[in-house]
Amino acid sequence: MRDRDDSDASRRNFLKTVGLGSAALASAGAGQGRAELAAVEPEKLQKILLSINGRQLSVLVEARWTLLFVLREQLGLTGTKVGCERGECGACTVLLDGVPRYACLTLAVEAVGHEVTTLEGLLDGEDLGPVQRAFVENDAYQCGYCTPGQVMAAEGLLRENPAPDLEQIRVGVSGNLCRCGAYANIFRAVADAAKLRRGGGA
Amino acid sequence: MSISQDLAYLRAADLDEALRHLEKDGACVHGGGSDLVTCLREGTVTCAQVISIGGLDDLRAITPTSIGALATIAELGRHEEIERRLPALAAAARAVGSPQLRNQGTLGGNLCQKPRCWYWRGDFHCLRQGGDTCYAAFGQNHGHAIFGAEACVYVHPSDTAVALTAYEARVRIAGPGRSSRTRTVPVDEFFVLPADDPTRETVVGRGEIVTAVEVPAPPDGHVGVYRKIRARGAWDFALTSAAIVLAFEGGDRGKPVRHARLVLGGVAPAPWRAAAAEQALVGRRLDESTIAAAAEAAVADASALDHNGFKIDLVQGVLREELQSLAG
Repeated sequence: MRDRDDSDASRRNFLKTVGLGSAALASAGAGQGRAELAAVEPEKLQKILLSINGRQLSVLVEARWTLLFVLREQLGLTGTKVGCERGECGACTVLLDGVPRYACLTLAVEAVGHEVTTLEGLLDGEDLGPVQRAFVENDAYQCGYCTPGQVMAAEGLLRENPAPDLEQIRVGVSGNLCRCGAYANIFRAVADAAKLRRGGGA
Repeated sequence: MSISQDLAYLRAADLDEALRHLEKDGACVHGGGSDLVTCLREGTVTCAQVISIGGLDDLRAITPTSIGALATIAELGRHEEIERRLPALAAAARAVGSPQLRNQGTLGGNLCQKPRCWYWRGDFHCLRQGGDTCYAAFGQNHGHAIFGAEACVYVHPSDTAVALTAYEARVRIAGPGRSSRTRTVPVDEFFVLPADDPTRETVVGRGEIVTAVEVPAPPDGHVGVYRKIRARGAWDFALTSAAIVLAFEGGDRGKPVRHARLVLGGVAPAPWRAAAAEQALVGRRLDESTIAAAAEAAVADASALDHNGFKIDLVQGVLREELQSLAG
C-alpha cells in the first residue's frame, strides 16, 4: 500500500473540490443545524450548508432538487450514479448519518443537518478504502455502473454489522441491482471487505 | 434528476406549525419522503408546498403501546420490544422494500403510501386519478385485487398495515389546523375502499397528519407471524401476504384456538380481514382439517380478474403453511 498523501494536491482533495466552482464554497465553519433551514420559496435559489465527506459545503439549491442532482451537477461528485431515479436500482446510494439511502429520493434540503458520505468519502488518502479494494480484488462487477451504489450499501451494512454472514450480506445489498449479474462476486467482496475493515489481511 | 414541478419547502419546527401550513392549497406532508418524492417526480401527485415534518423528533418515539409516525421501518424491524410483543409487525417491517427504503420510510408514510398500480403510476387518467375508467380491471391485472375490487382494482401496498390490522391497532391523526384537535381511527376503518370513494386511499383528510399508531396489548400467550410472497426474494410488493395472530386456550398449542386474527395483504385495496377463516379456527384445535377449512373459508368470497386467479391458490397455500407452523 502506498503512503498516505495528505498534501493539498492529493487526488482525494481534487475529487472533493473539482466542479464546485461558483456553486459551492468549502467552509470550515460549523454545520447548519436542522432548525436553521426553515423555508425555501418556489423558483428561488436558497443557500444551504451541506456536510459532505466531513466538509461543510455551501451550495445554492431549489427546493425541488434532489440530493443526487446537487451532488453530481452542483458539486461535481460524480461517484454517485444516476439510475432509475425512482428508488428501484440503488445506483445513487449514499450514506446519511452512516446509513444507506437513495439520493434520488432525498431532497437536498432534507440533507441539511445530516452527515452525507459519498463514494469519494471512502477513499483513504489517495488509496481506495477497504470496501472499494475488496470489490477490485474480487472482480465484483462487469460494466461497473452499479458498483458505487453497491460499495455504499456494503459500507453502510458493515458499519452496522462488522461481521455479516452470507444471508445478511445478501439482504444488505438487496436494494442494489446489478444487470450484469455479478452478485456472487459482490457477496464475496463484501465478506472480504468485512475482514479488511476488521484489520485482517489487507 | 430533479422534480419538474415547482415546489416551496417548509421545515416545520413543531406539529402546530406543520398543521397551520397544511391548511394552504396544494400543501402536502413530507415524512421520510421516499414515496412522496417518487410521486412528485412521476407527476402522479401534484403539490405546491412540501411541509417537512422530518425534524419533529417527538413523533419518532416507540413505546410499549404507541409507535410514532416517524419511526422508520428499519427501526421497527430491529426493535427488540416490538419483536417480542408484536412479532408479526417486526417481520412485516423487515419485509418492506429494500434496506435503503426501510432506512428512509416511516410507519406513517407506509400506511399513507400511494397505490403501486402500474396504470395509476403510468400515463393513464384512471378512475383513481379522477378519470372514469379503471384500466387494470380489463388490462394487465396479475398484481391486482381478488377482494373488494369494485370500481378500482388496486391492491394496497403496505406490509405493516396488514400486521397492524391483525393486532387491532388504532391510527392517531392530528388536525386540521391545530395539534390539540386529534382523533383515533381503528386501522380496519383507516383505509377507504374504492366502492366508497375511488379517489382516496385513507380517511386522512385535508390538513391532517398521522402522528402515531397505538397498539393494544395482544391476548396473553399470543403467537404472531407475517409471511410475504413476492415474485422475487427481495425488494418487491406482495403478491399475497398474511398476518396471523392466534392465542390458544391455556397458552397450549395442542388446545383449541381462543383468539384468531387473519389478515391478508396484496389482494385487496385495504388489508383484508379473513373473518370467515377466523371463525373456522376459534373453538377448534389447530389440526389438519381445521386448517384446511380455514384456508378454504378465507377465499370463499374471492373473485379473480383475468390474470390473477393464482392469488386464490396462493392465499390458501400461505394460510395452510403458516397455520401449520403455528400448530403444536
